[in-house]
Amino acid sequence: MNIDLTDTTSSQINSSLVKARRAAGSPAVGMVLTLIIVTDEGNHYDALKSASQASQEHPSRILVVIKRPGRSPRDRKLARLDAEVRVGGETGTSETVLLRLHGELAHHAHSVVLPLLLPDTPVVVWWPEDAPAHPNEDLLGKLAARRITDASATEDPVSTLALRAETYTPGDTDLAWTRITPWRSVLAAALDQRHAPVESAVVEGEAYNPSSELLALWLADRLKVPVARKVSAGPGLTAVRLTTGEGEICLHRADGSLAALKMPGQPDRHVALQRRETSELIAEELRRLDPDEAFAATVRFGAGRLGKQTIQPDTPNGARTAPAPGAPAAGRTAPRPEPKQESKREPEKPPAPAPRALESARPAPQGPSGSPGPSGSKQSSGGPGSPGTAGAPTPPPPPPGARPLGGTQPPGTDPGGPGPAGRPAP
Amino acid sequence: MSSSNPLRDVSDRRLPRIAGPSGLVIFGVTGDLSRKKLMPAVYDLANRGLLPPGFSLVGFARREWEDQDFCQVVHDAIKENARTPFREEVWQQLSQGFRFVPGTFDDDDAFRKLKATINELDKARGTGGNFAFYLSVPPKFFPTVVQQLKEHGLSEGQGDSWRRAVIEKPFGHDLESARELNHIIHQVFKPGDVFRIDHYLGKETVQNILALRFANTMFEPIWNRSYVDHVQITMAEDIGIGGRAGYYDGIGAARDVIQNHLLQLLALTAMEEPSSFDAKALVTEKLKVLKAVQLPGDLGAHTVRGQYTHGWQGGEEVLGYCEEEGISSDSRTDTYAAIKLSIDNRRWAGVPFYLRTGKRLGRRVTEIAVVFQRAPYSPFDTTDTHELGQNALVIRVQPDEGVTIRFGSKVPGTSMEIRDVTMDFAYGESFTTSSPEAYERLLLDVLLGDANLFPRHQEVEESWRILDPVEEYWDTHGKPEGYTAGTWGPRAADEMLARDGRSWRRP
Repeated sequence: MNIDLTDTTSSQINSSLVKARRAAGSPAVGMVLTLIIVTDEGNHYDALKSASQASQEHPSRILVVIKRPGRSPRDRKLARLDAEVRVGGETGTSETVLLRLHGELAHHAHSVVLPLLLPDTPVVVWWPEDAPAHPNEDLLGKLAARRITDASATEDPVSTLALRAETYTPGDTDLAWTRITPWRSVLAAALDQRHAPVESAVVEGEAYNPSSELLALWLADRLKVPVARKVSAGPGLTAVRLTTGEGEICLHRADGSLAALKMPGQPDRHVALQRRETSELIAEELRRLDPDEAFAATVRFGAGRLGKQTIQPDTPNGARTAPAPGAPAAGRTAPRPEPKQESKREPEKPPAPAPRALESARPAPQGPSGSPGPSGSKQSSGGPGSPGTAGAPTPPPPPPGARPLGGTQPPGTDPGGPGPAGRPAP
Repeated sequence: MSSSNPLRDVSDRRLPRIAGPSGLVIFGVTGDLSRKKLMPAVYDLANRGLLPPGFSLVGFARREWEDQDFCQVVHDAIKENARTPFREEVWQQLSQGFRFVPGTFDDDDAFRKLKATINELDKARGTGGNFAFYLSVPPKFFPTVVQQLKEHGLSEGQGDSWRRAVIEKPFGHDLESARELNHIIHQVFKPGDVFRIDHYLGKETVQNILALRFANTMFEPIWNRSYVDHVQITMAEDIGIGGRAGYYDGIGAARDVIQNHLLQLLALTAMEEPSSFDAKALVTEKLKVLKAVQLPGDLGAHTVRGQYTHGWQGGEEVLGYCEEEGISSDSRTDTYAAIKLSIDNRRWAGVPFYLRTGKRLGRRVTEIAVVFQRAPYSPFDTTDTHELGQNALVIRVQPDEGVTIRFGSKVPGTSMEIRDVTMDFAYGESFTTSSPEAYERLLLDVLLGDANLFPRHQEVEESWRILDPVEEYWDTHGKPEGYTAGTWGPRAADEMLARDGRSWRRP
């Protein structure tokens, strides 16, 4: 059942919702959350389609906020709310309300949305594109327990990630992170098996792909090894190679759907690793609404690395967040104050002389965000030295503050680190 | 294993549990269960990315099939019955690991070939010697199959690889036969490596009993004899025995359903809070409550059995049990069974648990109804509350999974009139429209070695201890009372509850 309301208010929309539900014969509310999609006229169709599919798994009230601030001063001065209520039919158990906010009202979306939230259930807000710089300080973002952004939909995904790291608040999440869940789970399952310690890693993916950035950060953070990145033709991520003493563990996906897992001493195996639709990503996001600590750890880990690159390449590492800039070790300790994590970040073993660093391969003179070349990351493969060459004799020319991702440093520069003996057996 | 994996972190809750390298061997792969449940479950697991890369499926049956023929059968079964959409690339990677071994269970050559196949898979697919043997065969073949597995060195893995056995009900037909069966299987497989499938325990709603009881505060305080009047556990089927005459005749409803499904549901409903949710703690609590279960003194008055007779059900004319093909006209097998049990502990003393099951009943439904006592004092006139029944909490196990709470509410109007209303929670409404099939969950748990949802042999034996006296009594006293197909069972069942001043819910 569709109800069109022109020049309306939230309370009229609410009574239409009740009326429509009664007409559909199911007055009980079984919906588990409210999903707010903030978008514009041009993008709302795709976003709503994905959300509707996701709501098959998570019955929800979907509020689509379409901002139409107007182009002329006259349009901008007026304020009008038009709404379209959709209940039953193909929306299944969910309810959808399209809210068109004209003129001045476009800046007061929260006033329209607040009365329409389902009582006592979580609120999720999703910006398919044009997310605010500080999702948590956005008036709509403040209403939500979960704020979904998408770095890959931005002009400069890498600096967007740096921004996300900087403004991270529990409840933030990014679809670039959601996209790598299947990769992470296969890699984690691969390392569940007996294997020699990982010494270094390479992540290969197409350019402008924040997901390969995150995957590299995650691997570096968890494995404490240098992680190099290499640009490939895609689609999306194409390979992850982990170098161990016994050989290479490689997860390789050339075509975006079927991957091969190679492990030393084992036959090659195939695993379906389909690139997923947005609806599946949203469904995964909605599955758990508690803060994603793993994402927080990864993106914060990146703060010392991404942040440095996009701000000032020649400022000492960690200057933004560390109280003691300048010290080589500042970047190691500053971004993550938790002591237990700090100790975990000590190098796995004395590293190879010159592991290839994530940042060092980037064009050093990268200006502040918005500089030409939206993502420096695509350059990284073209840099000197081929990826994954931990132990290669030719050190890349690192900028002063640049350090390998993963915090591995030449022995001796790490004062007071417990060293390999102090770590739990891998 | 995972604790030393740096990529695993408890706070990283997105990462699913993926089974390690492993394979599944299905004996009796041509059967209904295999085609309708097991093969689709394997595919659905693969589609959800929960099977390890290189997962392999070996079929064993008496057919002259090649691997390709087997692939085709699985393909058709998946297309027809899988829950998740068919995706070519998932199928491609999965089907590379399909093998078929033709042969009978006493055929040594076939088992030698099975062994060769497993070795080949370890090499080609990296299954690492980890195999689960699913015995989807009548129990009379269990001894042969497990002996063959042992003789051909298939029942024990090399090094730290594992071999597990998965068996389906019936787990014997009385205490003695169950013990014998356990003995035979435990000679070959360690008790911890034997997984007994009770597919009810894989159902979301059944797992939800524990969540409902132990994750909330509002139910547990009234979950005892002070508030609960009685509990009814029903599993009704609208189908007859179908093609299972050979299995069903002589077994009957009580052995087929009460012994396993209903007593498991009873255990989950009545048990105390386990100290944790690992398999051992759960078994401890379930066993404790099963041991406290007592039969009524007068079995004649508090147990009922029935047998469906010719009638009309849901617009169809159906045969009576004794008219079914393969059933002798004087069969005394029960197709309906109802028993009253009590649980002698502090929580439940004096609260009867009524269990009933039957075929060709009104409709297909499984539910647990906890019926509460009436309010000790009512300020309303009796006429006001004339239509008010007892409060009830109903866990709908299937179909239409969910929970219903029934309570009284004032009818709008000037007079005070109170009537029963229901408050409803439906899984399909609040969660996914397609929650995982029970077999998906159970197969994954077998591969992971997680025994939470599998009854242990002590539970099976304890259940037979409860049921055996009833069966013995029935053997020597009378015969099942007929009930017309499509109704809610024999009149004696209604009388059995009426004697206690209660009545069956119409589910």
